Amino acid sequence: MAELDQFRADTRAWLEANCPPEMRQPMKSEDDACWGGRNFRFQSDAQQRWLGVMAERGWTVPDWPTEYGGGGLSPAEAKVLKEELRAIGARPALTSFGISMLGPALLKYGTEEQKKRFLTEIARGEIRWCQGYSEPGAGSDLAGLQTKAEDAGDHWIVNGQKVWTSYADQADWIFCLVRTSTESKHGGISFVLFDMASEGVSAKPILLISGYSPFCETFFDNVKVPKDQLVGELNKGWDVAKYLLGHEREMISGMGLGGGSALLGKSVGPIDDPLLRAEVAAFDVDALAFAAMSEHFLDQLKAGEAHPAMPSMMKYAGTELNKRRHELMMAAGGSDTLEWDSERTRGGKPAREWLRTKANSIEGGTSEIQLGIVAKHILRLPGA
Amino acid sequence: MTLLTDDQKQLQDMAKSFLAEEGTIKQQLRHWRDSGCKDWFGHGLWKQFAELGLTGIAIPEDKGGLGLGTTEAVLVLEEVGRNLTPSPFLTTALAAAKALEGSAQGDRWFPGILSGDTVAALAVDEGRSHAPERTTLQASRSGNGFTLSGTKQFVVHGASADVILIAARTGGSASERKGLTLFAVERNAAGLDVENVTLADASKAARLTLSNVAVDADAVVGEIDGGWTPISRALAAGRTGAAAELVGLATGATEMTIDYLKARKQFGKLIGEFQVLQHRAAHLYGEIEIARAATYKAAELLDSGSGRAELMVHVAKAKANRSAQLAVQEGVQMHGGIGMTDEHDIGLYMKREAVLGRLFGDWRYHAGKVAELSGY
Repeated sequence: MAELDQFRADTRAWLEANCPPEMRQPMKSEDDACWGGRNFRFQSDAQQRWLGVMAERGWTVPDWPTEYGGGGLSPAEAKVLKEELRAIGARPALTSFGISMLGPALLKYGTEEQKKRFLTEIARGEIRWCQGYSEPGAGSDLAGLQTKAEDAGDHWIVNGQKVWTSYADQADWIFCLVRTSTESKHGGISFVLFDMASEGVSAKPILLISGYSPFCETFFDNVKVPKDQLVGELNKGWDVAKYLLGHEREMISGMGLGGGSALLGKSVGPIDDPLLRAEVAAFDVDALAFAAMSEHFLDQLKAGEAHPAMPSMMKYAGTELNKRRHELMMAAGGSDTLEWDSERTRGGKPAREWLRTKANSIEGGTSEIQLGIVAKHILRLPGA
Repeated sequence: MTLLTDDQKQLQDMAKSFLAEEGTIKQQLRHWRDSGCKDWFGHGLWKQFAELGLTGIAIPEDKGGLGLGTTEAVLVLEEVGRNLTPSPFLTTALAAAKALEGSAQGDRWFPGILSGDTVAALAVDEGRSHAPERTTLQASRSGNGFTLSGTKQFVVHGASADVILIAARTGGSASERKGLTLFAVERNAAGLDVENVTLADASKAARLTLSNVAVDADAVVGEIDGGWTPISRALAAGRTGAAAELVGLATGATEMTIDYLKARKQFGKLIGEFQVLQHRAAHLYGEIEIARAATYKAAELLDSGSGRAELMVHVAKAKANRSAQLAVQEGVQMHGGIGMTDEHDIGLYMKREAVLGRLFGDWRYHAGKVAELSGY
């Protein structure tokens, strides 16, 4: 315990000295996030400096091994670091699908060379990833994917189309599910990595109901992929895909509280309408209870005691809560929140964010898919 | 919530096997209900609680108890809830023990609670809704002591209790926390009329009518006019405990329901194969786990004396109420016609939930408190 106290004291002092004051201001929008990668333009010197010092220490990925650019912290130390970062209101030094999704899968399934190369680049914020999972004909039924990789000796030739590829137009590399065999549905999928600058790759943003375009349609036309960019075994990519999805669902489920335990009723201020006040109070009960569940779930994960299907329950509950939060924010804000491009609403933020949340219970597997997973793997209901 | 310690896991295992063996619906709830027992619980079982040390779970070690926290009591209450075991554990070993903590009345009643001979009840509610601040039962100074007059209701185990902890007004104005005083009154005190009422779940709660009940000054628990301190301590523990019992109840009802989905056939299929039921069952599962985490968190914050405990206790009781309500409603519905029969146990869960859901405040009361404490 004394060692942990010492670690806390050292961490606090280091953060005090190294976290730029600008990086202790709350983020105004998603645009303030630091995504890293070769195309990323830093918004400020402070943002760049903050990434630099954190990456130097391995603290962009505090619990990854030091040989892959991580901090090598124990779960208890990582928790302390998280608490200390929260205490000073520090922005994440790096936001990245490499950290939250691909990294854990590479740690488990990657070759030594892949880990050395990609994990280190991820930790330093030098590479930005996108996820090539869904296809026009393979949404909830993801394993029905058709993008194919044909064996051409020392490489594959990839042809096909992905959809809902987040930030494909800004990403450096893609982790992608491809069909390497038609013999079996789940057993014919492989997990490959390739450069988005490869010849034959193109991405086209999709305009959403929110007016934002975080997703793309991504096309592959005879893209050459070297064979050492296969993760895990040939035709066993579904295992890697599912493992990664578990981490994606954890990440999404954490969004249920909008990044903290802030009470909705507090943020919308006095509520005159007694019916709305009651709805908001009922929501806050659910949100605070879910925050307790999230904390418990993370502790279980770290201790290796979480049921493998728990991320599905968390993703379902967290995203449904987030949708409810935004419905209530729209209700509390009245007709002001309908404005689409006024300065008063900073360009229609309330309405656009409300619409954005509707994707939460679709992306990363719909709520219905998650409930099916819980029914099958936790409740063990027949035929699920 | 942090994870359970090895000691806590051991206690949980002990409570689990003890209540699964001795506290079953058939042996206890149905037995005492059908034999018309005036107490609704078995004194033999209560003695067993004592032999295992459980009646002293929240009593300090220097008073002979286990000196454990609300967290440990919560682990026991989950098993009580799962088996619908009738016992005065929640009222006596948790709520009353917490109220009596550090008082001379504690020294008087703890030995009997520890040995399993004493039952203690908490009398707070006066109207049909829970509103402890609005206590009007009057305690007037008289000689060296007080005389108490007024009424109480929903006093769980009131007619079986040896001592009843009664919240009374000695000062302040209506709906003020200041000016309340908690009195330890013996059930056979002159002027105390106890009507033993059977509730929907077969449990017993008393309506009390006090007509100039005379008590000595040493009947006061804590300070005169400062009764809110022991009352709120008892309520916080009682609410968290009731939440735990509800979580256990919801777990028991849902296990029974899931088993039924795996056994009952219609249209040539197990009904658990139907997606419409699978999704509802999966949603229910999540709601119960969230309620459990909220309850453990509330207990943890209470035990560590955190300033956030009060808010979290309200969250836990509200969430546990709603999750358990969903569990019993889905439970009865998914069982179909058999769920409506007295012969099947699932209906007993529904009736017990109705009582525990209202004990120490229903979910609307607690959600309202969350709003109030958060300033909206």
